[in-house]
Amino acid sequence: MPKDYQQDFGSIITSKTSFIDEIINLARKSSIFYLLFGLACCGIELMQTGGPRADIDRFGSVPRATPRQSDLMIVAGTLTYKMAERCRLLYEQMAEPKYVISMGSCASCGGLFQYAYSVCKGVDKLVPVDIYVPGCPPRPEALTEGLMRVQDKIVRERWFSARQKIGQPEASLGVDYKVTA
Amino acid sequence: MTFAEIQQRLAAKFGERIGALSPANKDPFLVIAAGDLVEICRFAKEDAELAFDCLMNLSSVDWPKKNQIEVVYHLWSYSKRHAFVLKVLLDRAQPRIASVESVWKSADWLEREQFDLMGVQFEGHPDLRRIMMPDDWVGNPLRKDYAEQPQWHNITTTRDNSLEGYVRLDELKKKAAEAAAAAAPKKEVLQ
Repeated sequence: MPKDYQQDFGSIITSKTSFIDEIINLARKSSIFYLLFGLACCGIELMQTGGPRADIDRFGSVPRATPRQSDLMIVAGTLTYKMAERCRLLYEQMAEPKYVISMGSCASCGGLFQYAYSVCKGVDKLVPVDIYVPGCPPRPEALTEGLMRVQDKIVRERWFSARQKIGQPEASLGVDYKVTA
Repeated sequence: MTFAEIQQRLAAKFGERIGALSPANKDPFLVIAAGDLVEICRFAKEDAELAFDCLMNLSSVDWPKKNQIEVVYHLWSYSKRHAFVLKVLLDRAQPRIASVESVWKSADWLEREQFDLMGVQFEGHPDLRRIMMPDDWVGNPLRKDYAEQPQWHNITTTRDNSLEGYVRLDELKKKAAEAAAAAAPKKEVLQ
């Protein structure tokens, strides 16, 4: 597990989740709208995951064609340098809280094309990645598993209780959680 | 028309400027001088018998040892249903050649591709800029001696091997077991 991921995880997870947070998180985890961002053959598998057989809609996850309405960016496929800046731009256009799944070998590390001059060696060079889904391309089941891990991450967050205490000294929170307005 | 007939037709028009076809055991092609290119191409297109109305492909080959860059033109005639291959040899340090965009419109993007990836300068091209790589890319990636830049727009172009430094657990256990066996006092075997 990468170091920064551990730190990120540690700052968000807490056992003290308020009841209202649980309600909010239940709603949030059941409506993860993902950005349509198919770059290569993984994009076909992404469509298949959204299709009737794998049906990611069971988890309340539906595709959005604009980053403004998306919670989750699934980077599906080989990211070239020319596309890398667009990827970063799309990520920045998404509203917080936002999550990123790196789907397949190419998005994770460059994969098969990592010795090519035009391919970016991993989407985590541009944007923070929450879940890496290995495979070339991953099966719809694997991507669904990745989505469920994002849900796990969401239910552990506590936006409401953190938001209640904005302006108070950090120590009064009792947890190592940085509050920003 | 066959390749030989096309070559004869061109030789009848241009005389000594048209050389012999390449060896017959390979796919035949014709090497011409860079200065004659546009003239020959225009004739090949406009002549009623040749009627090469399509530039199928325009590619180039890098030969570092020969210090040459070879630009290859694949011609095709839809009406006559025959094909031909022209090659031009250029200096590798200064690959400059006249554009055939005025003859075939399809040469526009094909020449831009060769300019982008191989660094061939096409003189007289209306819009010669990179087509595949980003505009501020450094170098021509399909040259044999191309070296990748360490980073592009603050994105590093290499990735560390995440498995480096890791040791296999079973090998560690095996080594520990061997060390333990060596350190343990030997049991006396009862006769």
